[in-house]
Amino acid sequence: MTRRGPRRRAIPAALAALLVLGVLGCASGPGRADGASGPGTATSPAAGDAVAGELVVLAAASLQGTFTELAAVFEEAHPGVTVTLSFGGSSALARQLLAGAPADLFAAASAATMADAAEVTEDPVVFARNTLEIAVPPGNPGAVSGLADLADPARLIALCAVEVPCGAASARVLEVAGLAPAPDTYEADVTATLTKVVLGEVDAALVYRTDVLAAGDAVESIPFPEAVAAVNDYPVAVLTDAPNPAAARAFVALLLGNEARAVLVAAGFAGG
Amino acid sequence: MPALAGAALLITPLAALVAAAPWADLPRLATSPEVVQALGLSLRTATVATAACMLVGVPLGWVLARGDLPGLGVLRALVTVPLVLPPVVGGVALLMLLGRRGLLGRHLDAWFGVTLPFTPAAVVVAQAFVALPFLVVSVEGTLRATDPAVEDAAATLGAGRWYVVRRVTLPRVAPGIAAGAVLCFARALGEFGATLTFAGSFPGTTRTMPLAIALALERDPDAAVALSLVLVALSLAVLVALRGRWVGGVRA
Repeated sequence: MTRRGPRRRAIPAALAALLVLGVLGCASGPGRADGASGPGTATSPAAGDAVAGELVVLAAASLQGTFTELAAVFEEAHPGVTVTLSFGGSSALARQLLAGAPADLFAAASAATMADAAEVTEDPVVFARNTLEIAVPPGNPGAVSGLADLADPARLIALCAVEVPCGAASARVLEVAGLAPAPDTYEADVTATLTKVVLGEVDAALVYRTDVLAAGDAVESIPFPEAVAAVNDYPVAVLTDAPNPAAARAFVALLLGNEARAVLVAAGFAGG
Repeated sequence: MPALAGAALLITPLAALVAAAPWADLPRLATSPEVVQALGLSLRTATVATAACMLVGVPLGWVLARGDLPGLGVLRALVTVPLVLPPVVGGVALLMLLGRRGLLGRHLDAWFGVTLPFTPAAVVVAQAFVALPFLVVSVEGTLRATDPAVEDAAATLGAGRWYVVRRVTLPRVAPGIAAGAVLCFARALGEFGATLTFAGSFPGTTRTMPLAIALALERDPDAAVALSLVLVALSLAVLVALRGRWVGGVRA
């Protein structure tokens, strides 16, 4: 007990020190976006950086796995920062941001939904790309072999609603292939669509490659050549009213770096 | 003052909805084929769901109020669970039971080739699941508030059991049943989570008004506001008309 006491007090003290450094960093005027490079900050990265406090990230549902992992990487690199992640449908998140949801960073599953939030964001940058695959329940009970089977009314098919990014991409792919889809349901987001496959309620669904990988053995996937017609860009942007822009920019830098690239590629994304 | 605050909490958001309405576009938005389709589906499914709830809910409320079976307390608690359950969870539970791989659903599929999800019947089941407790609680409450001694008196005077039910008990609890049915219908009309999860969302088949509104919100918030107004107006009309006719009529 006597040994732990002082250490416990030492942690808040260190946090306070980082917070002070952060404030100094923010006060150092132009150039603070690069972290500790401002002339007023005499700290080296090893001693701590200008990034501290809470970082709130709103991200597309399909980024749940990768962003959870990357947030841990980020917190390790910047011990003064707590990353709070909130996942949801991109369009719903854009709507929340327009309605004034407090956040620092927004990562969307399509350029279109990012554009919806343009009023409240700085310029976005693409950090990843995602393609569609056909997901089927294990064993492929509907004997689905390609995109054409999604136009078969006899099979139970789930697609994302065209109003959300995965649905827009699905519609594009089917249009390019010259197919009129015969879905039995239009789901509100890609997660719900995949769930219908995992539960075996449908014979096939169009979802992102990353969702198929994340689902593991719960689904099988059938890649199809037409998928190249609808590659989804994933843009990220710092919000203009971000309470913690320094941390937000640092997170963007992480996203565009090699470490994040490896995590994203392992999850099935193509690099940005 | 607290009463005023309560009323304000319930009414001001609706007023804001009315204020935000795109009045110029409203006629066009409210009569678009998608809206007419979703509204028609909502009305049909909610009506069937309410009828089904009446059929099973009134007897169930009766048993809960008048029955003397062991374990009635547990049953009472269980039938009100959907009131506190997030509807999405209800939808998942329905999938686990009636989905293509569900406990019961897999047999329906294997024996009759029937799969419930993605059909209007699934919408009705989802609506009935979340709306039934409103009817049951209402019927049970009314029955508890009526004195069984009057029924005993009628029986003593020589009335048969069914005659007592028909001529004594039912007229006395009719306002409660009607109020419960109205609540049940309104809840079915507004049902979202369980429907989306269990029945899916397809225009004309399973996409009811609340689902259409949620989807419109993704693309065109103005349209969503317009659709919401249509649903609010319709619900108000139903609530006012039914309450006036049934509840008022019986009391008069």
